[in-house]
Amino acid sequence: MAAADTNTPAISSHEARVNTQRVRRNWLLSLPAICLLLIGASGPLLIVLIYSFLEPGDYGGVTWKPTLDAWFKIFFRVDIFDETVHLADAHLSIFWRSVKLSLLTTLITFAFGFPTAYFIATRSKRQRAAWLFLITIPFWTNLLIRTFAIMEVIRNEGIVNTLAIKFGFIDTPIQMLYTEGAVLLGMAYVYLPLMVLPLYASIERFDFRLLEAGYDLYANRWQVFRRIVLPLVSPGIVAGSILVFVPSLGAYVTPRVLGGGRKMMIGNFIELQFGQGQNWPLGAALSMLLLIVVAVALLFYVRAISGERSHG
Amino acid sequence: MNVRTLLLAGVAAFALTSGANAEGELNIYNWGNYTSPDLIKKFEEKYDVKVTVTDYDSNDTALTKIEAGGHGFDIVVPSANYVPIFVNKGLLLEARPDEMENFKNVSERWRDVPWDPGRHYTVPWQWGSTGVAVNKTAYSGDPNTSAIFLDPPEELVGKVNVVPEMNDVMGLAIMYAGGEPCTEDKEVLKKVRDTLMAAKPKWLSIGYGTTDKLSNNEMMASVNWNGSTFRARLANPNVVYGYPKEGYVMWMDSVAIIKDAKNVENAKLFMNFIMEPENAAMISAFARYANGIDGSEEFMPDDMKTAPEINVPAEFADKGQFLPTCSPAARDLYTAIWTELQK
Repeated sequence: MAAADTNTPAISSHEARVNTQRVRRNWLLSLPAICLLLIGASGPLLIVLIYSFLEPGDYGGVTWKPTLDAWFKIFFRVDIFDETVHLADAHLSIFWRSVKLSLLTTLITFAFGFPTAYFIATRSKRQRAAWLFLITIPFWTNLLIRTFAIMEVIRNEGIVNTLAIKFGFIDTPIQMLYTEGAVLLGMAYVYLPLMVLPLYASIERFDFRLLEAGYDLYANRWQVFRRIVLPLVSPGIVAGSILVFVPSLGAYVTPRVLGGGRKMMIGNFIELQFGQGQNWPLGAALSMLLLIVVAVALLFYVRAISGERSHG
Repeated sequence: MNVRTLLLAGVAAFALTSGANAEGELNIYNWGNYTSPDLIKKFEEKYDVKVTVTDYDSNDTALTKIEAGGHGFDIVVPSANYVPIFVNKGLLLEARPDEMENFKNVSERWRDVPWDPGRHYTVPWQWGSTGVAVNKTAYSGDPNTSAIFLDPPEELVGKVNVVPEMNDVMGLAIMYAGGEPCTEDKEVLKKVRDTLMAAKPKWLSIGYGTTDKLSNNEMMASVNWNGSTFRARLANPNVVYGYPKEGYVMWMDSVAIIKDAKNVENAKLFMNFIMEPENAAMISAFARYANGIDGSEEFMPDDMKTAPEINVPAEFADKGQFLPTCSPAARDLYTAIWTELQK
């Protein structure tokens, strides 16, 4: 791709002038959108950022005194009994659980999403539309209702346990609800379409003649997949992973309903600070930290794509 | 369409909307699954007012939303320990319900309460206790102890739920450890923390939805409210309510008018309306809690007059304690323990 630039003929001064005008006009035209973004997206974020550097009010809210307390509290805890300073292991384990479950969700949705997307992309045009339509159906239903539906499937007197007992596989119901596995199942189910759609978009564009070329050159199936398919559909993989990983990290409903609430994820922990904990600055700082983690993950992904490209 | 018809259409539209306003509105912000639809219907018909009920799930949600402003609500129903917070933040209107016609019906016991001396701001909605619910088929021992969730008997291990109400759960655990609710005593809190941490692996979950889940045997015991347990028992006769003898939590939710309410007069009508015994009985008949209005008993369903969940047995009458408004310092200590519990 980089080679294309060197072939472009030199631009005449007239064209350059037209270009400058066009650039200027484009800027003007996008001004409303930029203003909206600045006010609508950055404004609230700025408030969150500022709140994270203030003291908590007595019963919720903030007191306008600057302090680094909230940020200190994220990482360190002063033992409430002997007042020694420790690493905040409770916070770290909550964060680690969120990151771990989000990564696993991304992996699971990829493992199921890739064959699905591949299957759809290799159907006839009419069939593709039908399959895609089926993939989008879950979006019509509210997240909470879908989560409760899963609960109905895996609870002790739910469909799976009842059938398993009826057919004599087990005697007593297996406790599936209120486990980390249940959370994982719920998140993978909810976010699967977000993985399938971008994967489908890039697999659909894939030139399948390249596969034949690969086989002609004596590559085996794994080599074809690893050296030809994966690099070419990587933009779809990256997009899908971002779409799944980012909302998983902030998941709130699924861990609460399916996880039984015994173990928090970041989303629940942030809610605690704005709710019963009445410590808004800590909640704000945690939200900012979550944002930073997401931003770092995005940077990582973007670099991963450009890395793949330069190899190609 | 010419300008004149447009104008006419505008005038007609204006007439329509102002017509709706004339009938009056009332926007109630209350806990979910807590407001009797029959009561609302009766009020609407009597005063020709359109009532809208919006749900919240915690005192903190209500507090945050009302403090932020622009909510459009007229009435809120905070718990006793949150009323002083609402008042001190200047969020409530001093509606003087104590000077209203029906105030004479309020039980002596609820007329002068610590969270609203002389009842200048609030009217009783419902009151009750937070104790434990146990399914007798799973555990036939004495249910009247917090050990049900703080040191679960063998039969209940892995089957106990705890509601995610930090203040109630901490209150129960502190009384179990021999302390007073809202204590900042480190010795007591250390015991509380150790007890909770040791008990947690034996819990099934920390969640709401106790009425349904106790009814369909999804959980065999839970920290629970008396009225919710009552409703669960009506669906599943094996469910019993326990009043922890180490001390249980009492609460009252009270109706208050929000300072920036737009329909103050209707809100005042509503306050007076619910102090009428017959109407108070409708509140209780729906959510199954006591209401604090004298004479309402005779309008209540028969099963409420004898229900052990509503009529506190004499031996446990003095074991209940109202949660005071805890100091921010105490709350921070509790949040730290609560976080460690769910890490």
